[in-house]
Amino acid sequence: MKIAVCVKYVPDAAADRSFSADHTTDRVGSIGILSELDEYAVEEALKIREAGDAEVIVLTMGPDGAETALKKALQMGADRAVHVSDPGLHGADAPATSLVLANAISRLEVDLVLCGMASTDAIMGVVPAMIAERLGLPQVTLAAELTVDGGAVRIRRDGEDAVEEIEASLPAVVSVTDQINEPRYPSFKGIMAAKKKTVETWSLSDLDVVPDQVGLGAAWSAVTEVTRRPPRSKGTVVTDDGTGAAQLADFLAANRFV
Amino acid sequence: MAEILVLVDHLDGAVRKFTTEMLTLARRAGEPSAVFVGSGYDAAAETLAQFGAAKVYVADAPDLSEYLVTPKVELLASLIARTQPAAVLVPSTLEAKEIAARLAIRTGSGLITDAIDVSAELGTQQSAFAGSYVVDAKVTTGTPIIAVKANAVTPETAPSTPAVEAVAVDLPDSAKQARVVSRSPRKQTGRPDLSEASVVVSGGRGVGGPEGFRVVEELADALGGAVGASRAAVDSGWYPHASQVGQTGKTVSPQLYVAAGISGAIQHRAGMQTSKTIIAINKDGEAPIFEMADFGVVGDLHQVLPALVAEINRRKG
Repeated sequence: MKIAVCVKYVPDAAADRSFSADHTTDRVGSIGILSELDEYAVEEALKIREAGDAEVIVLTMGPDGAETALKKALQMGADRAVHVSDPGLHGADAPATSLVLANAISRLEVDLVLCGMASTDAIMGVVPAMIAERLGLPQVTLAAELTVDGGAVRIRRDGEDAVEEIEASLPAVVSVTDQINEPRYPSFKGIMAAKKKTVETWSLSDLDVVPDQVGLGAAWSAVTEVTRRPPRSKGTVVTDDGTGAAQLADFLAANRFV
Repeated sequence: MAEILVLVDHLDGAVRKFTTEMLTLARRAGEPSAVFVGSGYDAAAETLAQFGAAKVYVADAPDLSEYLVTPKVELLASLIARTQPAAVLVPSTLEAKEIAARLAIRTGSGLITDAIDVSAELGTQQSAFAGSYVVDAKVTTGTPIIAVKANAVTPETAPSTPAVEAVAVDLPDSAKQARVVSRSPRKQTGRPDLSEASVVVSGGRGVGGPEGFRVVEELADALGGAVGASRAAVDSGWYPHASQVGQTGKTVSPQLYVAAGISGAIQHRAGMQTSKTIIAINKDGEAPIFEMADFGVVGDLHQVLPALVAEINRRKG
Protein backbone atom coordinates (compact mmCIF):
# COMPACT_ATOMS: atom_id res chain seq x y z
CA MET A 1 0.00 0.00 0.00
CA LYS A 2 1.11 3.54 -0.75
CA ILE A 3 0.28 6.29 1.73
CA ALA A 4 0.66 10.02 1.19
CA VAL A 5 0.77 12.13 4.34
CA CYS A 6 0.05 15.81 3.70
CA VAL A 7 1.95 18.03 6.11
CA LYS A 8 2.40 21.75 6.58
CA TYR A 9 5.34 23.87 7.56
CA VAL A 10 4.06 26.50 10.00
CA PRO A 11 5.43 29.21 12.27
CA ASP A 12 5.96 27.87 15.78
CA ALA A 13 2.96 28.85 17.90
CA ALA A 14 5.15 29.09 20.97
CA ALA A 15 7.00 32.05 19.40
CA ASP A 16 5.66 35.40 18.22
CA ARG A 17 3.67 35.13 14.99
CA SER A 18 2.72 38.00 12.70
CA PHE A 19 1.72 39.01 9.19
CA SER A 20 3.79 40.43 6.33
CA ALA A 21 2.93 43.68 4.56
CA ASP A 22 0.84 41.76 1.98
CA HIS A 23 -1.19 40.21 4.86
CA THR A 24 0.22 36.73 4.32
CA THR A 25 1.73 34.83 7.23
CA ASP A 26 5.20 36.16 8.03
CA ARG A 27 7.63 33.31 7.36
CA VAL A 28 10.83 35.27 7.69
CA GLY A 29 10.49 36.62 11.19
CA SER A 30 9.38 33.32 12.67
CA ILE A 31 10.69 29.85 13.42
CA GLY A 32 9.15 27.24 11.13
CA ILE A 33 8.28 23.73 12.23
CA LEU A 34 6.22 20.70 11.18
CA SER A 35 2.64 21.55 12.21
CA GLU A 36 2.17 19.64 15.45
CA LEU A 37 -1.20 18.25 14.37
CA ASP A 38 0.41 16.66 11.29
CA GLU A 39 2.72 14.58 13.48
CA TYR A 40 -0.31 12.47 14.37
CA ALA A 41 -0.94 11.74 10.69
CA VAL A 42 2.72 10.79 10.14
CA GLU A 43 2.62 8.54 13.21
CA GLU A 44 -0.57 6.83 12.04
CA ALA A 45 0.97 6.15 8.62
CA LEU A 46 4.03 4.63 10.29
CA LYS A 47 1.80 2.42 12.43
CA ILE A 48 -0.02 1.18 9.34
CA ARG A 49 3.32 0.38 7.73
CA GLU A 50 4.49 -1.45 10.84
CA ALA A 51 1.31 -3.53 10.89
CA GLY A 52 1.60 -4.55 7.26
CA ASP A 53 3.43 -3.38 4.21
CA ALA A 54 3.29 0.21 3.07
CA GLU A 55 5.33 3.01 1.63
CA VAL A 56 4.94 6.32 3.45
CA ILE A 57 5.46 9.45 1.39
CA VAL A 58 5.24 12.86 3.06
CA LEU A 59 3.99 15.66 0.88
CA THR A 60 4.10 19.37 1.51
CA MET A 61 3.44 22.55 -0.37
CA GLY A 62 5.36 25.45 1.05
CA PRO A 63 8.11 28.01 0.86
CA ASP A 64 11.86 27.43 1.15
CA GLY A 65 12.38 26.06 4.60
CA ALA A 66 9.46 23.67 4.34
CA GLU A 67 12.04 20.88 4.00
CA THR A 68 12.40 21.31 7.77
CA ALA A 69 8.92 19.88 8.19
CA LEU A 70 9.60 17.07 5.72
CA LYS A 71 12.88 16.25 7.42
CA LYS A 72 11.16 15.84 10.77
CA ALA A 73 8.70 13.39 9.20
CA LEU A 74 11.56 11.48 7.52
CA GLN A 75 13.35 11.32 10.88
CA MET A 76 10.21 9.89 12.44
CA GLY A 77 10.41 7.17 9.79
CA ALA A 78 8.65 8.20 6.55
CA ASP A 79 10.23 6.64 3.45
CA ARG A 80 10.51 9.62 1.15
CA ALA A 81 9.26 13.16 0.70
CA VAL A 82 7.93 15.51 -1.94
CA HIS A 83 8.14 19.29 -1.66
CA VAL A 84 5.95 21.31 -4.00
CA SER A 85 7.76 24.61 -4.21
CA ASP A 86 7.14 27.45 -6.60
CA PRO A 87 7.35 31.23 -6.33
CA GLY A 88 3.85 31.33 -7.84
CA LEU A 89 2.44 29.70 -4.71
CA HIS A 90 3.02 32.66 -2.41
CA GLY A 91 -0.27 33.66 -0.81
CA ALA A 92 -2.17 30.55 -1.94
CA ASP A 93 -5.51 30.13 -0.17
CA ALA A 94 -7.09 26.84 0.90
CA PRO A 95 -8.78 26.14 -2.48
CA ALA A 96 -5.45 26.67 -4.28
CA THR A 97 -3.58 24.56 -1.74
CA SER A 98 -6.06 21.74 -2.23
CA LEU A 99 -5.65 21.96 -6.02
CA VAL A 100 -1.88 21.64 -5.80
CA LEU A 101 -1.99 18.83 -3.24
CA ALA A 102 -4.71 16.97 -5.16
CA ASN A 103 -2.65 17.06 -8.35
CA ALA A 104 0.45 15.92 -6.49
CA ILE A 105 -1.52 13.07 -4.89
CA SER A 106 -2.79 11.98 -8.31
CA ARG A 107 0.75 11.91 -9.58
CA LEU A 108 1.88 9.82 -6.59
CA GLU A 109 -0.94 7.31 -7.21
CA VAL A 110 -1.55 6.45 -3.57
CA ASP A 111 -4.15 4.24 -1.87
CA LEU A 112 -4.55 6.38 1.21
CA VAL A 113 -4.16 10.09 1.93
CA LEU A 114 -3.60 11.00 5.57
CA CYS A 115 -3.86 14.55 6.94
CA GLY A 116 -3.83 16.23 10.33
CA MET A 117 -7.15 17.72 11.44
CA ALA A 118 -6.02 21.32 10.80
CA SER A 119 -2.85 23.35 10.53
CA THR A 120 -1.74 25.10 13.69
CA ASP A 121 -1.43 28.49 11.96
CA ALA A 122 -4.63 29.10 9.98
CA ILE A 123 -6.59 26.32 11.79
CA MET A 124 -9.25 26.20 9.08
CA GLY A 125 -9.38 22.40 8.91
CA VAL A 126 -10.81 22.45 5.39
CA VAL A 127 -8.02 21.19 3.15
CA PRO A 128 -8.66 17.43 3.67
CA ALA A 129 -12.31 17.85 2.62
CA MET A 130 -11.26 20.01 -0.35
CA ILE A 131 -8.73 17.41 -1.52
CA ALA A 132 -11.42 14.71 -1.29
CA GLU A 133 -13.81 16.89 -3.28
CA ARG A 134 -11.24 17.56 -6.01
CA LEU A 135 -10.22 13.92 -6.31
CA GLY A 136 -13.75 12.54 -6.01
CA LEU A 137 -12.58 10.42 -3.08
CA PRO A 138 -14.46 9.54 0.10
CA GLN A 139 -13.63 11.83 2.97
CA VAL A 140 -13.28 10.08 6.30
CA THR A 141 -12.31 12.86 8.62
CA LEU A 142 -11.44 13.63 12.25
CA ALA A 143 -10.53 10.08 13.14
CA ALA A 144 -9.85 9.34 16.80
CA GLU A 145 -9.24 5.73 15.79
CA LEU A 146 -8.41 4.26 12.38
CA THR A 147 -8.47 0.74 11.01
CA VAL A 148 -7.31 -0.10 7.51
CA ASP A 149 -8.49 -3.52 6.47
CA GLY A 150 -8.10 -4.83 2.96
CA GLY A 151 -9.67 -2.29 0.67
CA ALA A 152 -11.53 -0.32 3.33
CA VAL A 153 -11.00 2.19 6.11
CA ARG A 154 -13.08 2.49 9.23
CA ILE A 155 -12.77 5.27 11.78
CA ARG A 156 -14.23 6.29 15.10
CA ARG A 157 -15.04 9.96 15.24
CA ASP A 158 -16.00 11.88 18.38
CA GLY A 159 -18.52 14.31 16.92
CA GLU A 160 -20.24 17.23 18.59
CA ASP A 161 -23.40 15.29 19.38
CA ALA A 162 -22.46 11.66 18.88
CA VAL A 163 -19.67 9.16 18.58
CA GLU A 164 -19.77 7.85 15.03
CA GLU A 165 -18.18 5.03 13.11
CA ILE A 166 -17.55 5.79 9.46
CA GLU A 167 -16.56 3.40 6.73
CA ALA A 168 -15.35 3.88 3.17
CA SER A 169 -13.44 1.99 0.54
CA LEU A 170 -9.94 2.90 -0.58
CA PRO A 171 -8.60 5.11 -1.99
CA ALA A 172 -9.78 7.64 0.59
CA VAL A 173 -8.78 10.85 2.33
CA VAL A 174 -8.53 10.42 6.10
CA SER A 175 -7.81 13.14 8.62
CA VAL A 176 -6.83 12.34 12.20
CA THR A 177 -7.16 14.21 15.49
CA ASP A 178 -4.63 14.49 18.29
CA GLN A 179 -6.55 11.78 20.15
CA ILE A 180 -5.50 9.01 17.75
CA ASN A 181 -1.96 8.25 18.92
CA GLU A 182 1.15 9.59 20.61
CA PRO A 183 3.61 10.68 17.90
CA ARG A 184 7.11 9.23 18.34
CA TYR A 185 10.20 11.35 18.75
CA PRO A 186 12.83 10.79 16.06
CA SER A 187 15.39 8.29 17.34
CA PHE A 188 19.13 8.70 16.75
CA LYS A 189 18.87 5.89 14.20
CA GLY A 190 15.93 7.66 12.57
CA ILE A 191 17.85 10.92 12.36
CA MET A 192 20.84 9.20 10.73
CA ALA A 193 18.61 7.23 8.32
CA ALA A 194 16.78 10.41 7.26
CA LYS A 195 20.01 11.85 5.88
CA LYS A 196 19.95 9.21 3.14
CA LYS A 197 16.31 9.69 2.20
CA THR A 198 15.29 11.72 -0.81
CA VAL A 199 13.29 14.92 -0.89
CA GLU A 200 11.98 15.50 -4.41
CA THR A 201 11.05 19.02 -5.40
CA TRP A 202 8.18 19.58 -7.78
CA SER A 203 7.19 22.87 -9.36
CA LEU A 204 3.74 23.97 -10.50
CA SER A 205 4.50 22.96 -14.10
CA ASP A 206 5.24 19.40 -12.89
CA LEU A 207 1.66 19.32 -11.65
CA ASP A 208 -0.08 20.95 -14.63
CA VAL A 209 -1.03 23.95 -12.54
CA VAL A 210 -0.55 27.41 -13.99
CA PRO A 211 0.37 30.29 -11.67
CA ASP A 212 -2.89 32.04 -12.61
CA GLN A 213 -4.79 29.34 -10.69
CA VAL A 214 -2.91 29.79 -7.41
CA GLY A 215 -1.08 32.42 -5.38
CA LEU A 216 -2.21 35.61 -3.73
CA GLY A 217 -3.72 37.20 -6.85
CA ALA A 218 -5.77 34.08 -7.65
CA ALA A 219 -7.18 33.62 -4.14
CA TRP A 220 -10.97 33.38 -3.88
CA SER A 221 -10.99 35.57 -0.80
CA ALA A 222 -8.88 38.54 0.22
CA VAL A 223 -7.62 39.87 3.52
CA THR A 224 -8.24 43.59 3.57
CA GLU A 225 -6.71 44.43 6.93
CA VAL A 226 -4.87 42.86 9.85
CA THR A 227 -4.85 44.52 13.26
CA ARG A 228 -2.85 43.44 16.28
CA ARG A 229 -5.06 43.23 19.33
CA PRO A 230 -3.68 45.03 22.33
CA PRO A 231 -2.34 42.38 24.71
CA ARG A 232 -4.68 41.58 27.57
CA SER A 233 -3.63 43.54 30.56
CA LYS A 234 -3.01 41.82 33.83
CA GLY A 235 -5.78 42.41 36.33
CA THR A 236 -5.89 41.97 40.07
CA VAL A 237 -4.20 38.91 41.52
CA VAL A 238 -4.73 38.07 45.18
CA THR A 239 -3.20 35.31 47.25
CA ASP A 240 -5.81 33.23 49.03
CA ASP A 241 -5.66 33.80 52.76
CA GLY A 242 -9.10 32.34 53.33
CA THR A 243 -10.89 35.34 51.77
CA GLY A 244 -10.01 34.51 48.14
CA ALA A 245 -13.45 33.07 47.39
CA ALA A 246 -15.23 36.07 48.92
CA GLN A 247 -13.07 38.49 46.92
CA LEU A 248 -13.80 36.50 43.77
CA ALA A 249 -17.52 36.62 44.53
CA ASP A 250 -17.25 40.42 44.97
CA PHE A 251 -15.55 40.68 41.58
CA LEU A 252 -18.23 38.52 39.96
CA ALA A 253 -20.99 40.56 41.58
CA ALA A 254 -19.41 43.87 40.54
CA ASN A 255 -19.33 42.58 36.96
CA ARG A 256 -22.90 41.28 37.20
CA PHE A 257 -22.09 37.60 36.81
CA VAL A 258 -23.90 36.85 40.07
CA MET B 1 -33.71 41.66 -1.07
CA ALA B 2 -30.91 39.22 -1.64
CA GLU B 3 -31.40 35.74 -0.28
CA ILE B 4 -28.87 34.42 2.25
CA LEU B 5 -28.82 30.68 2.93
CA VAL B 6 -28.31 29.78 6.59
CA LEU B 7 -27.56 26.15 7.47
CA VAL B 8 -29.48 25.43 10.66
CA ASP B 9 -27.50 23.93 13.55
CA HIS B 10 -29.85 21.75 15.55
CA LEU B 11 -30.15 18.46 17.41
CA ASP B 12 -33.38 16.65 16.46
CA GLY B 13 -35.12 19.97 15.94
CA ALA B 14 -33.76 21.72 19.03
CA VAL B 15 -32.28 24.81 17.38
CA ARG B 16 -29.02 25.98 18.89
CA LYS B 17 -28.59 29.62 19.86
CA PHE B 18 -25.87 29.63 17.24
CA THR B 19 -28.52 29.48 14.50
CA THR B 20 -30.36 32.50 15.86
CA GLU B 21 -27.05 34.38 15.77
CA MET B 22 -26.50 33.43 12.13
CA LEU B 23 -30.04 34.53 11.24
CA THR B 24 -29.37 37.86 12.97
CA LEU B 25 -26.14 38.35 10.99
CA ALA B 26 -27.78 37.27 7.73
CA ARG B 27 -30.48 39.93 8.14
CA ARG B 28 -27.80 42.60 7.96
CA ALA B 29 -26.91 41.56 4.43
CA GLY B 30 -30.21 40.30 3.07
CA GLU B 31 -33.15 38.01 3.68
CA PRO B 32 -32.28 34.79 5.50
CA SER B 33 -33.50 31.45 4.18
CA ALA B 34 -33.00 28.73 6.76
CA VAL B 35 -31.86 25.36 5.44
CA PHE B 36 -33.07 22.67 7.81
CA VAL B 37 -31.62 19.20 7.31
CA GLY B 38 -32.84 16.17 9.24
CA SER B 39 -35.89 15.33 11.32
CA GLY B 40 -37.66 17.49 13.87
CA TYR B 41 -38.55 20.57 11.83
CA ASP B 42 -41.82 21.05 13.74
CA ALA B 43 -39.84 21.68 16.91
CA ALA B 44 -37.63 24.20 15.11
CA ALA B 45 -40.27 26.15 13.16
CA GLU B 46 -41.14 28.66 15.86
CA THR B 47 -37.54 29.68 16.62
CA LEU B 48 -36.65 30.08 12.95
CA ALA B 49 -39.70 32.30 12.40
CA GLN B 50 -39.02 34.31 15.54
CA PHE B 51 -35.50 35.17 14.36
CA GLY B 52 -36.58 36.30 10.94
CA ALA B 53 -36.23 33.42 8.49
CA ALA B 54 -38.12 34.59 5.39
CA LYS B 55 -38.03 31.12 3.90
CA VAL B 56 -37.24 27.65 5.17
CA TYR B 57 -36.02 24.79 3.03
CA VAL B 58 -36.63 21.48 4.79
CA ALA B 59 -34.82 18.33 3.72
CA ASP B 60 -35.44 15.31 5.90
CA ALA B 61 -34.75 12.25 3.73
CA PRO B 62 -33.14 9.59 5.94
CA ASP B 63 -30.14 9.03 3.67
CA LEU B 64 -29.04 12.63 4.29
CA SER B 65 -27.62 11.55 7.63
CA GLU B 66 -26.45 8.10 6.51
CA TYR B 67 -23.39 9.51 4.83
CA LEU B 68 -20.79 11.95 6.06
CA VAL B 69 -20.79 15.60 4.89
CA THR B 70 -21.46 15.03 1.17
CA PRO B 71 -25.30 14.85 1.24
CA LYS B 72 -25.46 18.31 2.76
CA VAL B 73 -23.03 19.53 0.10
CA GLU B 74 -25.36 18.18 -2.62
CA LEU B 75 -28.32 19.92 -1.01
CA LEU B 76 -26.61 23.29 -0.59
CA ALA B 77 -25.06 23.14 -4.06
CA SER B 78 -28.48 22.57 -5.63
CA LEU B 79 -29.97 25.41 -3.58
CA ILE B 80 -27.16 27.73 -4.64
CA ALA B 81 -27.73 26.86 -8.30
CA ARG B 82 -31.47 27.43 -8.00
CA THR B 83 -31.65 30.49 -5.74
CA GLN B 84 -28.42 32.33 -6.57
CA PRO B 85 -28.05 33.53 -2.97
CA ALA B 86 -25.85 36.47 -1.98
CA ALA B 87 -24.05 34.25 0.54
CA VAL B 88 -24.21 31.01 2.49
CA LEU B 89 -23.71 31.04 6.26
CA VAL B 90 -22.88 27.83 8.08
CA PRO B 91 -21.91 27.27 11.71
CA SER B 92 -18.15 27.12 12.21
CA THR B 93 -18.25 23.62 13.64
CA LEU B 94 -15.86 20.91 12.52
CA GLU B 95 -18.51 19.19 10.41
CA ALA B 96 -20.03 22.30 8.88
CA LYS B 97 -16.59 23.66 7.99
CA GLU B 98 -16.03 20.51 5.95
CA ILE B 99 -19.42 20.94 4.28
CA ALA B 100 -18.40 24.51 3.46
CA ALA B 101 -15.02 23.30 2.18
CA ARG B 102 -16.48 20.91 -0.37
CA LEU B 103 -19.18 23.39 -1.30
CA ALA B 104 -16.54 26.03 -2.00
CA ILE B 105 -14.69 23.76 -4.42
CA ARG B 106 -17.93 22.46 -5.98
CA THR B 107 -19.23 25.95 -6.70
CA GLY B 108 -15.93 27.75 -7.28
CA SER B 109 -16.55 30.00 -4.30
CA GLY B 110 -14.32 31.62 -1.74
CA LEU B 111 -14.59 30.39 1.84
CA ILE B 112 -14.01 32.15 5.12
CA THR B 113 -14.11 30.10 8.33
CA ASP B 114 -14.25 31.04 12.00
CA ALA B 115 -15.84 34.45 11.34
CA ILE B 116 -16.51 36.44 14.50
CA ASP B 117 -18.46 39.10 12.61
CA VAL B 118 -20.19 39.53 9.26
CA SER B 119 -21.08 42.99 7.95
CA ALA B 120 -23.93 44.13 5.71
CA GLU B 121 -21.44 44.07 2.83
CA LEU B 122 -20.47 40.49 3.77
CA GLY B 123 -17.08 41.56 5.06
CA THR B 124 -15.86 39.32 7.85
CA GLN B 125 -13.66 39.49 10.90
CA GLN B 126 -11.65 36.59 12.28
CA SER B 127 -9.24 36.12 15.16
CA ALA B 128 -5.79 34.92 14.15
CA PHE B 129 -2.68 33.59 15.85
CA ALA B 130 -4.32 32.62 19.11
CA GLY B 131 -6.40 35.77 19.26
CA SER B 132 -3.49 38.17 18.95
CA TYR B 133 -4.75 39.58 15.62
CA VAL B 134 -8.06 40.58 14.08
CA VAL B 135 -8.25 39.89 10.36
CA ASP B 136 -10.72 41.65 8.03
CA ALA B 137 -11.46 39.65 4.91
CA LYS B 138 -13.91 39.30 2.08
CA VAL B 139 -14.78 36.60 -0.41
CA THR B 140 -13.95 37.80 -3.90
CA THR B 141 -15.00 34.86 -6.08
CA GLY B 142 -18.29 33.00 -6.45
CA THR B 143 -20.94 32.84 -3.74
CA PRO B 144 -19.39 33.88 -0.40
CA ILE B 145 -19.42 30.89 1.95
CA ILE B 146 -18.89 31.98 5.54
CA ALA B 147 -18.54 29.71 8.56
CA VAL B 148 -19.55 31.74 11.60
CA LYS B 149 -18.36 31.12 15.15
CA ALA B 150 -20.77 30.98 18.06
CA ASN B 151 -21.26 34.18 20.08
CA ALA B 152 -20.48 36.37 17.05
CA VAL B 153 -23.50 38.55 17.77
CA THR B 154 -26.33 38.93 20.26
CA PRO B 155 -29.35 37.31 18.61
CA GLU B 156 -32.20 39.71 17.88
CA THR B 157 -35.74 38.62 17.17
CA ALA B 158 -37.58 39.76 14.02
CA PRO B 159 -40.78 37.73 13.82
CA SER B 160 -41.68 36.50 10.35
CA THR B 161 -43.97 34.01 8.69
CA PRO B 162 -41.59 31.98 6.60
CA ALA B 163 -42.63 30.17 3.44
CA VAL B 164 -41.74 26.53 4.00
CA GLU B 165 -40.58 24.40 1.11
CA ALA B 166 -39.79 20.70 1.31
CA VAL B 167 -36.67 19.92 -0.70
CA ALA B 168 -35.81 16.51 -2.08
CA VAL B 169 -32.18 15.69 -2.74
CA ASP B 170 -31.15 13.09 -5.22
CA LEU B 171 -27.89 11.66 -3.95
CA PRO B 172 -25.50 10.50 -6.66
CA ASP B 173 -23.24 7.54 -5.83
CA SER B 174 -20.37 9.97 -5.38
CA ALA B 175 -22.16 11.36 -2.31
CA LYS B 176 -22.50 7.90 -0.77
CA GLN B 177 -18.83 7.08 -0.31
CA ALA B 178 -18.33 7.60 3.41
CA ARG B 179 -21.04 5.70 5.23
CA VAL B 180 -21.99 6.26 8.86
CA VAL B 181 -22.19 2.69 10.19
CA SER B 182 -23.06 3.57 13.77
CA ARG B 183 -23.97 6.63 15.78
CA SER B 184 -24.11 6.73 19.58
CA PRO B 185 -25.54 10.02 20.80
CA ARG B 186 -23.61 11.72 23.55
CA LYS B 187 -25.10 11.76 27.00
CA GLN B 188 -26.67 15.17 27.54
CA THR B 189 -25.32 16.94 30.61
CA GLY B 190 -28.14 19.47 30.91
CA ARG B 191 -25.51 22.24 30.79
CA PRO B 192 -25.24 24.74 27.93
CA ASP B 193 -23.17 23.81 24.88
CA LEU B 194 -19.52 24.61 25.43
CA SER B 195 -19.08 26.56 22.18
CA GLU B 196 -22.04 28.85 22.78
CA ALA B 197 -22.18 29.12 26.58
CA SER B 198 -21.87 32.63 27.99
CA VAL B 199 -20.02 31.25 31.03
CA VAL B 200 -17.37 28.52 30.85
CA VAL B 201 -15.60 26.99 33.85
CA SER B 202 -12.59 24.88 32.87
CA GLY B 203 -10.36 22.57 34.83
CA GLY B 204 -6.77 21.58 34.13
CA ARG B 205 -3.95 19.55 35.54
CA GLY B 206 -4.37 21.21 38.94
CA VAL B 207 -7.77 19.58 39.32
CA GLY B 208 -5.82 16.43 40.13
CA GLY B 209 -8.12 13.70 38.79
CA PRO B 210 -11.54 12.86 37.39
CA GLU B 211 -13.24 13.21 40.77
CA GLY B 212 -11.72 16.69 41.12
CA PHE B 213 -13.95 17.86 38.29
CA ARG B 214 -16.91 17.69 40.68
CA VAL B 215 -16.01 21.13 42.09
CA VAL B 216 -15.51 22.50 38.58
CA GLU B 217 -18.97 21.25 37.60
CA GLU B 218 -20.52 22.67 40.75
CA LEU B 219 -19.14 26.14 40.00
CA ALA B 220 -20.32 25.86 36.37
CA ASP B 221 -23.81 24.99 37.64
CA ALA B 222 -23.83 27.85 40.15
CA LEU B 223 -22.98 30.24 37.29
CA GLY B 224 -25.22 28.54 34.71
CA GLY B 225 -22.22 27.73 32.57
CA ALA B 226 -20.59 24.94 30.59
CA VAL B 227 -17.63 22.84 31.73
CA GLY B 228 -14.37 22.84 29.79
CA ALA B 229 -11.06 21.09 30.26
CA SER B 230 -7.46 21.69 29.30
CA ARG B 231 -5.62 19.31 27.02
CA ALA B 232 -3.60 18.01 29.98
CA ALA B 233 -6.78 17.04 31.81
CA VAL B 234 -8.28 15.45 28.69
CA ASP B 235 -5.09 13.57 27.79
CA SER B 236 -5.02 12.21 31.36
CA GLY B 237 -8.52 10.85 30.77
CA TRP B 238 -10.09 13.01 33.49
CA TYR B 239 -12.70 14.64 31.26
CA PRO B 240 -14.10 13.88 27.75
CA HIS B 241 -12.33 15.22 24.68
CA ALA B 242 -15.53 16.95 23.54
CA SER B 243 -14.97 19.39 26.41
CA GLN B 244 -11.41 20.30 25.49
CA VAL B 245 -10.77 24.02 25.15
CA GLY B 246 -7.75 25.05 23.12
CA GLN B 247 -6.05 24.86 19.79
CA THR B 248 -7.00 21.22 19.20
CA GLY B 249 -10.34 21.43 20.94
CA LYS B 250 -12.97 24.12 21.00
CA THR B 251 -12.38 27.82 20.74
CA VAL B 252 -14.67 29.65 23.10
CA SER B 253 -15.29 33.32 23.69
CA PRO B 254 -17.78 33.54 26.52
CA GLN B 255 -18.60 36.57 28.64
CA LEU B 256 -16.87 34.87 31.56
CA TYR B 257 -14.12 32.23 31.49
CA VAL B 258 -12.92 30.64 34.70
CA ALA B 259 -9.64 28.71 34.46
CA ALA B 260 -9.14 26.46 37.47
CA GLY B 261 -5.82 24.67 37.84
CA ILE B 262 -4.80 25.64 34.30
CA SER B 263 -1.33 27.07 33.77
CA GLY B 264 -2.21 28.77 30.47
CA ALA B 265 0.04 27.20 27.84
CA ILE B 266 -0.28 28.70 24.34
CA GLN B 267 -2.36 25.68 23.22
CA HIS B 268 -4.94 26.56 25.84
CA ARG B 269 -4.80 30.32 25.41
CA ALA B 270 -5.54 29.87 21.70
CA GLY B 271 -8.93 28.51 22.67
CA MET B 272 -10.04 31.10 25.22
CA GLN B 273 -7.99 34.26 24.74
CA THR B 274 -10.91 36.23 23.32
CA SER B 275 -13.17 35.63 26.33
CA LYS B 276 -14.58 38.88 27.65
CA THR B 277 -13.62 38.40 31.31
CA ILE B 278 -11.08 35.84 32.50
CA ILE B 279 -10.71 34.51 36.03
CA ALA B 280 -7.84 32.25 37.09
CA ILE B 281 -7.37 30.11 40.15
CA ASN B 282 -4.01 28.39 40.42
CA LYS B 283 -1.58 27.30 43.13
CA ASP B 284 1.36 28.59 41.14
CA GLY B 285 1.51 32.37 41.25
CA GLU B 286 3.95 32.32 38.32
CA ALA B 287 1.50 30.54 35.97
CA PRO B 288 1.17 32.44 32.66
CA ILE B 289 -2.63 32.39 32.97
CA PHE B 290 -2.36 35.19 35.57
CA GLU B 291 -0.82 37.48 32.93
CA MET B 292 -4.13 37.55 31.09
CA ALA B 293 -6.60 37.18 33.93
CA ASP B 294 -8.85 40.07 34.93
CA PHE B 295 -8.98 38.58 38.39
CA GLY B 296 -6.74 35.87 39.77
CA VAL B 297 -6.53 33.94 43.00
CA VAL B 298 -3.30 32.23 43.92
CA GLY B 299 -4.52 29.30 45.97
CA ASP B 300 -5.83 25.77 46.10
CA LEU B 301 -8.81 25.38 43.79
CA HIS B 302 -10.16 22.61 46.01
CA GLN B 303 -10.57 25.21 48.75
CA VAL B 304 -11.46 28.24 46.64
CA LEU B 305 -14.06 26.72 44.30
CA PRO B 306 -16.32 25.13 46.95
CA ALA B 307 -16.13 28.31 49.03
CA LEU B 308 -17.00 30.36 45.95
CA VAL B 309 -19.98 28.13 45.15
CA ALA B 310 -21.24 28.54 48.71
CA GLU B 311 -20.71 32.31 48.51
CA ILE B 312 -22.57 32.57 45.18
CA ASN B 313 -25.47 30.49 46.47
CA ARG B 314 -25.64 32.60 49.63
CA ARG B 315 -25.76 35.83 47.59
CA LYS B 316 -28.38 34.38 45.28
CA GLY B 317 -30.44 33.79 48.42
